[in-house]
Amino acid sequence: MATEIHVNGAATSSDWQDRYYHVDQILDRPGPRTDPSFLAGDEVKDFLRNKCKILVIGAGGLGCEILANLALTGFKDIHLIDMDTIDISNLNRQFLFRPADVGRPKAIVAAEYVMKRVPGVKVTPYYGKIQDKDDDYYMQFNLVICGLDSVEARRWINATLVNLVDSENPESLKPLIDGGTEGFKGQARVILPTVSSCYECSLDMLNKPTTFPICTIANTPRLPEHCIEWASVLEWPRVRGDEKLDTDDPEHIGWLYSIAVARAKEFKIEGVTWSLTQGVVKNVIPAIASTNAIIAASCCNEAFKIATSSAAYLNNYFMLIGTEGVYSYTFEHEKRDHCPVCGGEALEMSISRDWTVEQLIELLTEKQTIQIKKPSLATPEKPIYFQQPPQLEESTRPNLEKKVSELVPDGGEVVVTASSLPFSLSLIITYT
Amino acid sequence: MKKNEDAATKKRPKTSAAQIRVQKDLTELDLPPTMKTDFPDPTDLLNFTLTITPDEGMYKGGAFTFSFTINTNYPHEPPKVKCMQTIYHPNVDLEGNVCLNILREDWKPVLNLNSVMVGLQYLFLEPNADDPLNKEAAEELRKNREQFLYNVKTSMRGGIIKGVTYNKVLI
Repeated sequence: MATEIHVNGAATSSDWQDRYYHVDQILDRPGPRTDPSFLAGDEVKDFLRNKCKILVIGAGGLGCEILANLALTGFKDIHLIDMDTIDISNLNRQFLFRPADVGRPKAIVAAEYVMKRVPGVKVTPYYGKIQDKDDDYYMQFNLVICGLDSVEARRWINATLVNLVDSENPESLKPLIDGGTEGFKGQARVILPTVSSCYECSLDMLNKPTTFPICTIANTPRLPEHCIEWASVLEWPRVRGDEKLDTDDPEHIGWLYSIAVARAKEFKIEGVTWSLTQGVVKNVIPAIASTNAIIAASCCNEAFKIATSSAAYLNNYFMLIGTEGVYSYTFEHEKRDHCPVCGGEALEMSISRDWTVEQLIELLTEKQTIQIKKPSLATPEKPIYFQQPPQLEESTRPNLEKKVSELVPDGGEVVVTASSLPFSLSLIITYT
Repeated sequence: MKKNEDAATKKRPKTSAAQIRVQKDLTELDLPPTMKTDFPDPTDLLNFTLTITPDEGMYKGGAFTFSFTINTNYPHEPPKVKCMQTIYHPNVDLEGNVCLNILREDWKPVLNLNSVMVGLQYLFLEPNADDPLNKEAAEELRKNREQFLYNVKTSMRGGIIKGVTYNKVLI
């Protein structure tokens, strides 16, 4: 009978001897700079390998790297969300996928591959959108890592995790590690929702997608891109009317391509190709496998350090610029007071069911601790009372006499804006 | 099943950052009497129109209406703005596309709806021949200001210039 070897307190049978020899060098004893809260030994290993539940969002270029790194570091309970299917163009860098997988959901294929390759790791895939999941779902994780390519999805998960924080429940604070790459450039950051600067705080740092002045496109095209934008921005709506441009539809790309080619010919511009057309309208930035590897590694190091407290984690923004040599810079991005996601305050307010909207506004204006001049109120669905513009003031004025309880459910949210507020105030209304 | 019921009561719609930002922009609009917003559906803050009635300059006496469409990526992306009438203006083409730098290449999230509206009004006070969308109008403005002015007046009455019938925008 084979002897079962225990390398730590609660090892599973898949942990053969010395499986984690190298990682354990870090976890078995504190280093000179480790946080005093770090408890070296079995407990931290047990947490990492048996208790810690981590969510990976995105199973693309970054996601594949992240998933492999986490599995090999010793995370055993990994959940994975991705809404995409595998395209043949992914195979050069998304190394968990093979030609036979083309067309299948990335999350499912990546999960299968990692579970087959790394014994004892459980990867739970979800093929769908992050928006399909509710607060209870996100509440179950200890950590969230994102390898996304869309600003919109990042803003959503960031806002969701910030809103999840309940000051009375420390478990509700889920560290968010966000990785991103664009060609040779990339960034990795650690966001402690409500504590440190959030994704929305830094929205103005983003490179905006390349756009050309519309008059250049219309009159003085000089680049093949100008011709493609002419086709997509001006000709598509003119000729195809309200039909929505689907950048994944080959017929649509083909149409734009032929229009752009004709335009380029007219202005003697060279270089309009099918793939450039696709690249410009989908705003594709070439993905570079090694940039993904660097950023994913950095994200996973942070995940490991946060999960184990074995070393100080990133505070809080690391950027990599590989376009001209190698340059990296780490700095603390500061919280923005005016941030619409983490800068606003949330107040719980308990009022009588008989209160009118007008009474609530009076209270907001007069109450010593709040004192908001001219507040405008809305529920997530519609305006309650707006001070401006005149038409909305008029159309919402009848609500002033209505009872708040007719417009806002118990526990419902009311967003208050006013010029005296840095950004907004969120009220959670309960009735006595 | 109990768990699901709990989840259902707990799950309340949250106001998105874009929505809050639009609420803030709108409720703090500080528009001169020459600009007026109209919300076809007052509960939908993401789709509305703006009517500009310049009280000076070449376009005085006209009422120009623009549609605003804001998507959930606001303010990362600018609002989409189109002129709803066919007008004779060097920076507006016959499809209603508008050449205003802050609507495209110079958009920044620190700008707001007020800045866009003020920018649009400015186009009627100072039409700009250097960024043409209606090339013929721009050419006319550059070469023969008198003729341009005459064309503006004609177009605003609903007249025809070089085979194009413009919308009557006089109030």
